[in-house]
Amino acid sequence: MRKLGARILAGPYMIWMLVFTIIPLLLILYNAFTNTGGQFTLGNVAAIADPVNAGPLWLSLKMSVAVTGICLILAFPLALILRQISSDKNSFIVMIFILPMWMNFMLRTLAWRLILLNNGFLNQALNIMDMDPIYLMNTKTAVILGTAYDYFPFMVLPIYNALVKIDRDVIQAAQDLGAGDWVILGRIILPLSIPGIVSGITMVLVPSMSEFVIASMLGGGKVYMIGNVIEQAFNSGYADTHLGCGLSLSLMGLIIISMIAYYFFDRGGEGSALW
Amino acid sequence: MVKKKIRGVFSRCYLGLILIILYLPILMLIIASVNASPRNKAIWQGFSLQGYVDLFENETIRQALITTLLLAAGAGLIATVLGTMVCIGMMGMRKRTRAAIMGVTNIPLLNADIVTGIALMLLFSRFVELSFWTMLVAHVTLIIPYVTLSVQPKAAQLNMSAYEAAIDLGATFPYAVWKVVLPELMPGILTGFLLAFTMSLDDFSVTYFTKAPGIHTMSTMINAEYRRGIQTEIYALSTLVFLIVLLALFLMNRRSRTAQREGE
Repeated sequence: MRKLGARILAGPYMIWMLVFTIIPLLLILYNAFTNTGGQFTLGNVAAIADPVNAGPLWLSLKMSVAVTGICLILAFPLALILRQISSDKNSFIVMIFILPMWMNFMLRTLAWRLILLNNGFLNQALNIMDMDPIYLMNTKTAVILGTAYDYFPFMVLPIYNALVKIDRDVIQAAQDLGAGDWVILGRIILPLSIPGIVSGITMVLVPSMSEFVIASMLGGGKVYMIGNVIEQAFNSGYADTHLGCGLSLSLMGLIIISMIAYYFFDRGGEGSALW
Repeated sequence: MVKKKIRGVFSRCYLGLILIILYLPILMLIIASVNASPRNKAIWQGFSLQGYVDLFENETIRQALITTLLLAAGAGLIATVLGTMVCIGMMGMRKRTRAAIMGVTNIPLLNADIVTGIALMLLFSRFVELSFWTMLVAHVTLIIPYVTLSVQPKAAQLNMSAYEAAIDLGATFPYAVWKVVLPELMPGILTGFLLAFTMSLDDFSVTYFTKAPGIHTMSTMINAEYRRGIQTEIYALSTLVFLIVLLALFLMNRRSRTAQREGE
């Protein structure tokens, strides 16, 4: 055993992944393509085309794109500024911006309820300033705001990690050769930060698309996303495991697409290098 | 020069703005936790610490807190051991096998939590009763990729000659791994554990689908209770959680500064 890597050490992990990752996914597939009697059917998978299910799926898509867009637009300049004022990956100032991530995300969502409730902090502040109240609670806007807040750090970190890796000499060289700020941004910084941006997008898009608890906390049952539909298929009076599995396949399909994008772009591993 | 100054001011304003957006909701939780108002926590009706007193007498919250911490620590530990072992094991493998393992590793990471939760629920409900242990297994499965992906880069950079020298000098394989390999992997292992721990603390979806009736983590407890009476306690708890996290950050910052100074 001269060569390092007793392969047997990988054994428990491989068994674990097989039993608890691959087999459960196969179970979803099996349930999706069978009915309660165990016969083959395409009905559960085709159910996604039913407007009752297609509507929430489309809504989830639109909302997660909005959330991802908001996060990206706010996070990129932040990551740029953070890169300039700190060169250290774990520096204090960066941590300050990641800190809310360590609060339980249900607590973070609860905080948004306090702000957005009809007589919550927002409307009280507006009242003091003599402005008309805004009723955001139980709207799509509320869910989008809450979700964007929850996932913001997951966009900042990968982009920041990609930006920190950019060699300062490269930028210096561009400056010496007469490139302006915008040229440097557009032709050096932006292309080099693409892996980070792609990681950030996957890390925000997929979870925000399948989210169901934020929608129920801030949407009050009025914002019905695909996650809520699937959850209801398992946990309501009309529970139908097979239908729920069939509908989950739509989410898995979207995830496979994002996985391919992830492999294509994220060769540096910014997504996993959270710290 | 003027342009640079303007940009500096703009940067500062932007940082300030984002900070306000990030911390305003947390400030609201803190205000709500000391608000004496019995029903609507957004309407100020005087200062009171009753929420904090109730918090420590509330059995539901105490149980949920204990379960959450046990799960996070237990699952974090198991995931760290398994993840580290596979990273050491992978070094002796062909590139293709390694790629296959890393591919499988990415599945729980990229898969929607709700799908992971449902998949595990299907497996458990077929073969066993849902219990604390099924929750533990579910959490390990959810967080294991974070360990593997933190340790693997360190394992790839490992200096093989140090290990080979140890073997040449008569070290047994376990001894060499313990004394030579593990210390080099340590930063990755620690990062992986912390990340796994945090992800377990934060999880709602997977727990929601795999939890046994009667057992709550913080997340599922909040989901079950936030519309009902125990709001103030939850706000008090979130204030405490925030203060602990803040304190941990300051301590970490001080420690790394001291470490830096010693390094110089």
